[in-house]
Parts: sequence; C-alpha cells; structure tokens
Amino acid sequence: MALSKQEIEYIAHLARLEIDQGEIPDYEAKLGKIIDFINDLEHADTADLLPMAHPLAMNQRLRADEVTETDERDYLQANASKISGGLYVVPRVIE
Amino acid sequence: MTRQRQTIAELSRLFQSGAVSSRELTEASLKRIAEHDSELNSFINVTQEEARVAADTADKLLASGKAGPLTGVPMAHKDIFCTRNITTTCGSRMLENFVSPYDATVVARLAEAGMVSVGKTNMDEFAMGSSNETSYFGAVKNPWDQERSPGGSSGGSAAAVAAGLVPMATGTDTGGSVRQPAALCGITGFKPTYGRISRFGMIAYASSLDQAGVLGLTAEDVALVMQAIAGFDARDSTCSAEPVPDYVAGLEASVSGKTIGVPKEYFEAGLDAGYAEAVHSALDVYQQMGADIREVSLPNLSLAVPAYYVVSPAEASSNLSRFDGIRFGHRAEGMTDLESLYKLTRKEGFGDEVKRRIMTGTYVLSAGYYDAYYLKAQKVRQLISNDMARCFEDVDILAGPTTPTPAFRIGEKVDDPIQMYLNDIYTVSVNLAGLPGVSIPCGLVDGLPAGLQLVGPHFAEQNVLNFAHLFQKETDWHLRVPGEGVS
Repeated sequence: MALSKQEIEYIAHLARLEIDQGEIPDYEAKLGKIIDFINDLEHADTADLLPMAHPLAMNQRLRADEVTETDERDYLQANASKISGGLYVVPRVIE
Repeated sequence: MTRQRQTIAELSRLFQSGAVSSRELTEASLKRIAEHDSELNSFINVTQEEARVAADTADKLLASGKAGPLTGVPMAHKDIFCTRNITTTCGSRMLENFVSPYDATVVARLAEAGMVSVGKTNMDEFAMGSSNETSYFGAVKNPWDQERSPGGSSGGSAAAVAAGLVPMATGTDTGGSVRQPAALCGITGFKPTYGRISRFGMIAYASSLDQAGVLGLTAEDVALVMQAIAGFDARDSTCSAEPVPDYVAGLEASVSGKTIGVPKEYFEAGLDAGYAEAVHSALDVYQQMGADIREVSLPNLSLAVPAYYVVSPAEASSNLSRFDGIRFGHRAEGMTDLESLYKLTRKEGFGDEVKRRIMTGTYVLSAGYYDAYYLKAQKVRQLISNDMARCFEDVDILAGPTTPTPAFRIGEKVDDPIQMYLNDIYTVSVNLAGLPGVSIPCGLVDGLPAGLQLVGPHFAEQNVLNFAHLFQKETDWHLRVPGEGVS
C-alpha cells in the first residue's frame, strides 16, 4: 500500500522528525514495502485470542517510595547542551 | 591475522594458577585490538586506562584469595549498556557524547565478578539492524571474510569474539541480535528468557522484547557468565524473581532419552541447501547421543516477522521519543521554537533505519490504524507463542537453523528493508514468545559458519546450555577459526 506524500509528512510530524522533500520518494518506496509486508497479518485467524502485551505473566511490582539515589545534578546536567543556573534551556514557549 | 583464541574457562585457570596476571591478559587483549581492529571496526571505544586499573584490582583480588571464576578475564560490552564515566553511544550520532550517570546492572555485576572490560563494541544504531551497517561509527567486518557482514545488531561483539580480541562480549537480543551475529561469525550466542537478566541501564529499543545476552566461544563460558548476571534486580520492574540455578553444574547432564523437536517449516523455502545439510548433520550428532528427534510444526512461522515489525517499531517509536535534544544527546543549533528544535535534532541525530522504524511505529500506532496493526500483531504474537508452547508439551527443546544463509556481503541487503528483515525469520518468534535460545556453530558452508539454534521453554536456560555444551564436546565446529583450521 502506497502512502501519499501528505501521509508521510503527517507521520513525520507526529514522530517529530523533519524530513526534506528530497527524502519523500525514498520513504514512499520503503515504507510502502514495509506496510505491504505487515499487511500479511490481516490473514491470520486471531478470533479467540487476547492481545499479548508481554511474554511473561507477571504482576506489576510495587516498591516503597523511598529515596535511593544521591543528588548528582551537576553530573547529570553535564550531558545537556544548554544549561543555565542549574536549569535546562529551551526556546521560549510562552510569549 | 594471528589466531589465538582461549576461552574464559582456560584463561581463568591460567590466572588462578598464577601462570599469568590479569594485567598480562588485559595487555594481550589490548594488543590484539590495536593490531586487528582497524580492519574489523568492532570497537567504538577502547578503554585502555580503565581496563588497566580493573586488571590491577583483579590481580589484588587473587592475591587476597577473593578471586572468582570470572576474575581477571578481559571482556567487552556492547555499546548499548550504560557505563558510568565512559561514553555510551548506542551506535548513534544522537548519543555520540553521552556519558551515563550510572552503570547498567549487567556492567555492575560483571565488574563485581572481577571481569575486566576493555571497551565498548560497535552495533547497529539503537540495535536496529541485522548487519551492523546502520552504525553511525561505520560497518563492522566479518573476521571470516571482510567483504561480509558479521550480522547484527551485536555485530561488533560477535566479530571481536570470533577474531579473538576478547573471549566474551555482552550483547542484546530483541529479534535475534545475539544469535544471528553469533551464527554468522561462528561463535556461541545466548539469549535467555525475557526477564532473566535485568534490563536496567540497557538502552531500550522494544521493551517487551529486549533481553541481554552473552557472546562467547563455548556454552561453558556462557554458563559461567550467566551465573554472574542472571537474577532479580529491583531496578527493572520486568526482571524475574525466579531462582537462578547452577548453570555450570547442569552442563554435563545426559540428553539420552530427551526429545528434540524440529519445526518442519524451518526447512521450507528460503533456507540455503548447504546450511540445511549442516543442521541435519548436527541433529545426527544428538541422535547418536541418544536423543529422540521428532518433527513438529509451527504453522504460523511466516507471520512472525511481520508481527515483529509491527510490535518492535511501535515500541521503538515510543521509547525513542525521549531523544529531544534537551537533557542529553545531540541538540540542533540555532532553533528558535521548541517544535523545530525537536524535529531538527532528531533529523540530525538519527540514521535512516532508525527513522524508518520510528516512522513505521508511529504509523501503526496512529489514529485509525492501531487495531489493524498493533492490536492485531499482539494477537498474532499470542498465536505464535501458543504454537511454541504446544511444541514444548511433546519435546524438551526445539532445534533448527539460526539464519537462512551464512554471512551476506556488506551492501547486499542494505537498500531492501524486507530482505534484511527476513534474515530474522528463525529468531524473532523466540523473542515474541520470550523464550531462551542459543546459536552454536554447526558447520561451514562455502567456508562460512552456519549456526544451530536451540530453543527451550521459559526459564529452561540450563537445558539449552546443556544441549549446546554436549554438542561442543562431540564436535569441533566452535573451535574453527577464521581463515584457519582448529584453534
């Protein structure tokens, strides 16, 4: 199934990926092939089956809400490209 | 290339007897990396100084009588495992300069056991690939033929072990990423049951499928490493509390009277004829040991790859949404609004295959398509899991080829995602069902290694390693070295 240029642009927007106009033919060709391939699932008889979200039947484990880590703010923030006064810097979001 | 491969068990005996120090073993490993890795490209980062410090610590442990079976032996980590103070790139430009604030549980447990990490191995970007060609740091070469791929995504780990740079390396297996490269490089690659090893500090690709694994020279070495890394970890909510048995003690059990199921669908279209012959010869070896070989059926095998390529990209698109350029990782320059910052950061930081999977995952989860793709794939996952569970009512273990062909040429499949995805045909159903599986060398096809895959029921690691070990006692395929005879 071919995806239209508009569909590809819409999916890229949902995925927060910028794509160039020049990349669209490659996405059309390759995503189209992938979607054709996964469309094979239509033919599977899954009438009485429940969806399997996880390979093991496990219950969600809970733990006490206790502090177990030490504060390493500076070490953690060393990974960020832009920080100021211990805060992460982002472009202005509120005018 | 000089051929010099020794197992963990052999190196450990030398170390414990005082015949060689950890510092000497470590220097020898670093020397081999320096000599050969400019060709293979199996390492992203060689951590010489840290390795020397760890080796000296191991030597002191031995002197104080505190050395265990892994102490002092060099190894490497796939660059998907977080390491404090050392970069963890996941094979991506996005994380080129990322330094994790903590060690992965696997890293911490092996360090605790006294193993000496000499560096971080190359991999497909974010573990998305079956050829190691998607790495931002360049393709890895297969030591058996440098024009060919070592497989992926743990291709750097597989190539490094096959070439004797280290006796063991960690890997991760979401759809075959430990077993497939092990098969293509002629070594032993083990993926335990989902939840057997903690995923804490292992960068997530598809969380319901990801599992840490071990790439080594023998099943015995895998058992030694598994003993140290398997088991409960409070930091991973999906890590199992099931008790860890003595894997080494279980290696010698007789397989006489046990039953091996061989799925007939494995030998239908797509399997290389020489490869099929190697697998049949391996089954004969088991038959001579007294095992009963029985044909079984996995009627929905052809749906496994399509189901996997819905579930895994869906989970990936969600997991990789954390890479936004703000708190860590690559950040695009000069953007004046937040959305453009996200979009350009991700465009620059991710490679083509990762973007394709994010796009596929976003599509199958998007409004109007969720039921048709994601929900349907989860039902097919149940179907495949039920098929395998039904087999295990009658047989102890399943056996077959690990891959449809031996190592393919670099560049051969990179432009056709479907051809690349079909390389995972025999391995992905094991991940969908969460089962333990191993690939062991079982022959050579036109001079390239072929792998036998053995799969057991949930938490039957001991059984799988037992079958693998007994095969390696009877045969010498695991001792074959690239370009030569037996090591």
